[in-house]
Amino acid sequence: MGNVLTIILQRLALGALTLLIVSIVIFVAVNLLPGDFAQNILGQGATPEAVASIRKDLGLDQPPVTRYFDWLGGVLRGDLGSSFAQANFASFTGTDSGAKTVADQIAPRFANTMFLAMVTAIIAVPLSITLGVLAALYRNSVFDRAANITTLSSISSPEFFLAYILILFLAVLNPILPSLSNIYDGMAFSERLQKSLLPALTLTLVVTAHMMRMTRAAIINLLASPYIEMARLKGLSPMRVIVKHALPNALAPIINVIALNLAYLITGVVVVEVVFVYPGIGQLFVDSVKIRDIPVVQACCLIFAAAYILLNLTADIMSILSNPRLRHPK
Amino acid sequence: MNGISRRGLLKTGVAAGVLGLSGMPLRAQTRGGKLTAGLSGANTTDSWDGRTHSDLFMIASAHGTVFDCLTEVAADGSLKGELAESWEASADAKTWTFNLRQGVTFHNGKAFGADDVIESLQMHLGEESKSAAKPIVEAITDMKKITDHQVQFTLAAGNADFPYLMSDYHILMFPAGQIEEGIANGIGTGLYQVKSFDPGVRMVATRYADHYKGDSAGFFDEIEYIAINDNTARMNALMTGQVDAINRIDFKTEALLRANPALRIQEVTGNQHYSFPMLTKTAPFDDVNVRRALKYGINRQEMVDKILLGHGQAGNDTPIGPANQYYAGDMEQLAYDPDKAKFYLKEAGLDSIDIDLSASNAAFEGAVDAAQLFQASAAAGGVNINVVQEPADGYWSNVWLKKPFCACYWSGRATEDWMFSTAYEAGVPWNDSQWDQPRFQELLLSARAELDSDKRREQYTEMQQILRDDGGVLIPMFANYVQAVNNRISSPDTVGNLWQMDNARMAERWSVA
Repeated sequence: MGNVLTIILQRLALGALTLLIVSIVIFVAVNLLPGDFAQNILGQGATPEAVASIRKDLGLDQPPVTRYFDWLGGVLRGDLGSSFAQANFASFTGTDSGAKTVADQIAPRFANTMFLAMVTAIIAVPLSITLGVLAALYRNSVFDRAANITTLSSISSPEFFLAYILILFLAVLNPILPSLSNIYDGMAFSERLQKSLLPALTLTLVVTAHMMRMTRAAIINLLASPYIEMARLKGLSPMRVIVKHALPNALAPIINVIALNLAYLITGVVVVEVVFVYPGIGQLFVDSVKIRDIPVVQACCLIFAAAYILLNLTADIMSILSNPRLRHPK
Repeated sequence: MNGISRRGLLKTGVAAGVLGLSGMPLRAQTRGGKLTAGLSGANTTDSWDGRTHSDLFMIASAHGTVFDCLTEVAADGSLKGELAESWEASADAKTWTFNLRQGVTFHNGKAFGADDVIESLQMHLGEESKSAAKPIVEAITDMKKITDHQVQFTLAAGNADFPYLMSDYHILMFPAGQIEEGIANGIGTGLYQVKSFDPGVRMVATRYADHYKGDSAGFFDEIEYIAINDNTARMNALMTGQVDAINRIDFKTEALLRANPALRIQEVTGNQHYSFPMLTKTAPFDDVNVRRALKYGINRQEMVDKILLGHGQAGNDTPIGPANQYYAGDMEQLAYDPDKAKFYLKEAGLDSIDIDLSASNAAFEGAVDAAQLFQASAAAGGVNINVVQEPADGYWSNVWLKKPFCACYWSGRATEDWMFSTAYEAGVPWNDSQWDQPRFQELLLSARAELDSDKRREQYTEMQQILRDDGGVLIPMFANYVQAVNNRISSPDTVGNLWQMDNARMAERWSVA
């Protein structure tokens, strides 16, 4: 097991380095965009004096390198900084107090995103593995083809299209589910779940194909192995052969694909959030890029990058644990 | 001071007259229920600070629901008192005395009085103030508290529209001494008090029990505004009955809404206009004949039909619209006429001319298409327009006021003077055509201090004519405000046209059917 620990520590160190590089890239990219927060917030009223005074309040008049290291120093101390968007500018109120921190702003949105990702995962992961196993079992049958065609066409359609199709059938023609997923704090769990169901179903349609196809392919790949032949010769039922003998050995690639899709659910669902008005982190991220709210953009990027790094790490560790050869290397 | 309660007042016959004067019609509308509206124009930068408000979500939440101003523009465009009961001007319109309503309390229990007015106005001052209402408040040279419920303002120059300016949605009344708290938690004197507010996501407010407007306004128990910036999501929410009203209908799918018997569409033409300003101190736009050639080279009706899909009105190169008091609606309409365009080019000593027009959809939705239509129609008159597509990012800082000819939009202003002094007075920062014409300037100053309404009408009509004939801003179209409501909610026959959603006051004026 010492081997696994070394891997974890190594990967975490590399992950931290990746986060640092991501933060530099994002910082440079946002600064390269035309316009800054002061100009965006003032819009038509962006007189040079007003722009200069907001820049001064927010420290945007400092050179970029200084700003980056100030920010980095804050992050290392666990302080993500204050959101520009909710800053009460000193010259507006006379004091600097009451500015919302980035953490305050992101926390509820991130919780919502995690909730949606979890609901989706609870539906999508068992569904796609079951479908994958069944498709492997009845490969080249009508069921296999139907499952493949359905999932492949859903993954090939743009997300907003799937969302509108679901809205049409489940909200407009048969008003079963609400088309608006405006969840908020203090909402009952059942109501929250009901409101999140349509976006979760949309995302399920998006991620199922990937996981199902990988399950099917990984299992079919193993079916030619001699030990499966042996199991069949023993007279085991095809279902038992697949679930008991093939699936455990096919877990590594399946886990990897699941991790990749979970990371996608956390980081890439902006379109679905917009269509269903779901207050997740994706919308906050896009809004923040639009107004060049650099602290929030940076924090979101760190969260997104960390999600990918941690989920991939988890997937690797789980595939090691699921494989005795890797668990006990010679 | 509180000798007569409002409820007591309502029972007496005289009350009707008094309330009529103070501008509150007695309507038989049912109290109770909830209004849920899906509104666009919400941002993560939203706060209760009135100085920063610029789009519908916060205007409807603050100005229309939680906060009050001194005065209020009624749905029919007339001015009535809100926190001010009455006001008088001196003969030169320089000194204004406002009598404040008595017995009004903020949502935290603090009584409203003259100090609140003075401190709330002072918020907009200061060298580094970014308030959009700064020019309005800066014109006040002295604010004097006469009694607890009487304030006197002295202006630098006479302004007959001063009470109108006090209805501006930026100039909200905050509790004195607790302004920061008021901004943080939304403490106003409005009909509803904040229950929860999540910037860019949602606002919920409940009816304030003992409100001074009594039973004549604010009929709902609860208001919920949901931020839905996406057009399709807003339409879906209305179609599936999850919200009762939405603003900004997408014209392309409007027919679907019209076909739904449970919904009705409200459409009003206000002062919102799309424009193409040219810098009149820069060649070739310093030549009035070139400007005239452009005026005849633009096909206004085609733009209304193709860019607004009919939801608007052709403009006459004046920013004064149907929601203004002295709108010269009977003035002869400029029409597309390539021959006249050629004629004026010849007057300018030219056979043809090449002009760059900077446009981006940041100026208004469809601005690039509009510029291309203009290009096609102007070519027939010898004006060769080259459409330069500018990036939407930083459009207002890098293109508008900087490029000699570009696309722009204005939401308009409630009064003529306000509009002109924002963008047409010589030397003001937002004068996007560098407009400086002696006769216009003279009229602007004299009409501002003129209390005689007939004389003002004459002066403002002449100013509109000057802009139509010589002005440096092409205003091809006025865009309608189009919104939809379901039949669960009843709304008055006259809907305000100064701003979307009944002047953003649906929480106050609408009720459950």
